[in-house]
Amino acid sequence: MSINDFKLDRRLLMKSGLIGGAALATPMHFIKDAHAEDFCNMPKGKSVTLGFNVPQTGAYADEGADELRAFKLAVKHLNGEGDGGMINTFKPSSLKGNGILGKKVEFVTGDTQTKSDAARASAKRMIEKDGAIMISGGSSSGVAIAVQGLCQEAGVIFMAGLTHSNDTTGKDKRANGFRHFFNTHMSGAALGPVLEKEYGKDRKAYHLTADYTWGWSQEKSMRQATESRGWKTVAAVKTPVGAGDFSQYITPVLNSGADVLILNHYGKDMVNSLTQAVQFGLRDKQVNGKNFEIVVPLFSRLMAQGAGDAIKGIFGSTNWNWSLKDAASQAFVKSFGAEYGAPPSMAAHTCYVQTLLYANACEMGGTFSPTGVVKSLEGFKFDGLGNGPTEYRAEDHQCFKDVLVVQGNEKPTSKFDLLSVVEVTPRSKVEYDAKMLGGSLGPVNAKPC
Amino acid sequence: MDAIFLQILNGLDKGGAYALIALGLTLAFGTLGVVNFAHGALFMLGAFCTVGFNKILTLEKVALDPTKMTAWGTPLEVRTPYVETWFGDFGAFLVDYSVPVSLIVVIPLMLLVGIAMERGLIRHFYKRPHADQILVTFGLAIVLQELIKHYFGANPIPQSVPEIVSGSANIGSWFGLGDSLVYPWWRLVYFGFSAVVIFSVFAFLKFTTFGMVVRAGMFDREQVSMLGINIEKRFTIVFGLAAVVAGVAGAMYTPILPPDYHIGMEFLVLSFVVVVVGGMGSLGGAVTAGFLLGILQSFSSMNEIKSILPGIDQIIIYLVAVVVLLAMPRGLMGRKGVMED
Repeated sequence: MSINDFKLDRRLLMKSGLIGGAALATPMHFIKDAHAEDFCNMPKGKSVTLGFNVPQTGAYADEGADELRAFKLAVKHLNGEGDGGMINTFKPSSLKGNGILGKKVEFVTGDTQTKSDAARASAKRMIEKDGAIMISGGSSSGVAIAVQGLCQEAGVIFMAGLTHSNDTTGKDKRANGFRHFFNTHMSGAALGPVLEKEYGKDRKAYHLTADYTWGWSQEKSMRQATESRGWKTVAAVKTPVGAGDFSQYITPVLNSGADVLILNHYGKDMVNSLTQAVQFGLRDKQVNGKNFEIVVPLFSRLMAQGAGDAIKGIFGSTNWNWSLKDAASQAFVKSFGAEYGAPPSMAAHTCYVQTLLYANACEMGGTFSPTGVVKSLEGFKFDGLGNGPTEYRAEDHQCFKDVLVVQGNEKPTSKFDLLSVVEVTPRSKVEYDAKMLGGSLGPVNAKPC
Repeated sequence: MDAIFLQILNGLDKGGAYALIALGLTLAFGTLGVVNFAHGALFMLGAFCTVGFNKILTLEKVALDPTKMTAWGTPLEVRTPYVETWFGDFGAFLVDYSVPVSLIVVIPLMLLVGIAMERGLIRHFYKRPHADQILVTFGLAIVLQELIKHYFGANPIPQSVPEIVSGSANIGSWFGLGDSLVYPWWRLVYFGFSAVVIFSVFAFLKFTTFGMVVRAGMFDREQVSMLGINIEKRFTIVFGLAAVVAGVAGAMYTPILPPDYHIGMEFLVLSFVVVVVGGMGSLGGAVTAGFLLGILQSFSSMNEIKSILPGIDQIIIYLVAVVVLLAMPRGLMGRKGVMED
């Protein structure tokens, strides 16, 4: 039959229609790779890949190394190896110790370098090249906000590491992003009553603030918390990130009339500014008939090590501390200490917890789909992960839990014993309306890559 | 008035560090004609020689106490410093004075490092373009940084000052200006130390035969060689001297700024600006510009000035560099013919 003899008659049309209809009606799962990908990096084999994006070089490399240790431990525990750590105390838990949804957990790592562009590039590489279905880690709010945005665009889940700026779950929040770590508002709300109790209502504060998103957020929260208690703010001076020598910013404090210096600095900046403030004799001064005091709103044990004796007696807040005596914290410290010979930092803790929470959300929803994971995490109430009863608030994807106020240990018993918990501020005292910090989650992105 | 006085002091101790680094840079450039981007790394190496010295002094004998356990279930470690066990009060004195005492180690080590660097690497780049020198020395700086990070970690490591100079000096009472004018003792020590080092280097070059030959070599290398003097050998030693100046500057700076692997880079860029403002190849220019820029940087960060010109503290050094170079293209004390080929 030549092409010229082809005739479309009624019989042929009916045959074609029947065959086509049968093909369309066939269940898609009978057809190999029919669902090539329902969502980005849908696991098809026997394993699932997570992407851990931590600072491996740069100023926060030590913190990044501790985060990575925690991630590795979490993967080990999820795969049923080791002593199980906080999987044994976590409740309600759907984790079975056989990976996630029966698939072995594997991981790839990236180096954020604590730079937003480098962090985005490494996260992009892990998503596009390595097939990571979830990205976690980081030690800076600038990085967290940048990577969260990327994960939203790519359609993968972002479980933030150490990020403390209000903006991460405030004006820059995204539906695919979740934060377990506390924020600057909570630090202010927890520290305010303690500072009033210790130093009184009639105080004049001088702020030195790291000039980037976290610093601004921290200063605003501390000013709200202290000014509402009668304190006056004498000056709030922005300092460049990584200034090194802060002497030219500290000397004006001496003659400002202030009797409290609030250092809205973190990391190396905190180590340097605090050490230098102590060298300038601020802690030995008497101003307005009172002892001059220094406050560091966000404390980290790794950073406290760098500041040496300068941290003794200084108040701050922290997300978690290894000295906590609850069963979950002790289980984690035991597991981490046995593996690495040192207790975990708060950055390590939040990264470990975030990995477990992600895995549990997949198990709860029975899917790796971002839509299912988000649904499971939103409003999820849990306990046994070291912070007491905690809730992932649905409105902003921020965890709400008790906040620790700590003080630099006057007499440390070991090189790790640097901070003492002086107050556990209950969740009710640090909670706020989700609308207060602005922003919008938007829709969950669960599209294929 | 107090605030102005304090900012001058700030500028002097900051300027002291800039001047010391710039002096070393200029020595290397003036003698060997090498633009050494690894000079900041030498400052960092000096600092870490002190950190390493302190670590050795505070090495501890570790014994396990089976009656006490850590939070992760292993026996508690009981640590006793060897040096205090062996030498008693003298051991405690050594630990207390570890930063200044470390200079005994820093000086020969940095001299060796400088000579090794010049003989092993730099000399192969004498006749190469400045761009090649910059690339190779910058690469070397990165290698040194990464080595330090590998062995000492990325976090700053604080160093204590001797107890006797740990507090602040009540400078106000010295001049009848009131009690609010205080300044850390160690920063005053650092300023004095940098002045001594700068004068020593100048005196060495001015009043010794070795210095005279080096100065003659800086002026006309070929002429000096024709007189039968091995000027290359002397220049190698001068490079070592430059490394020592950078090293001791870094070592004594450790109590002011806890050193980390990146500390050299933070000073390097500013020091190059200092050298350019002072005039390439001019030792006096480097020192003058170091103190001048240090003081200007301190003043520009006063709240009164920042309220008029926000952010001026971030750009003042570069702004001054632009103005100086527009008005005096060879810098404050630059010589004709240097880097003008």
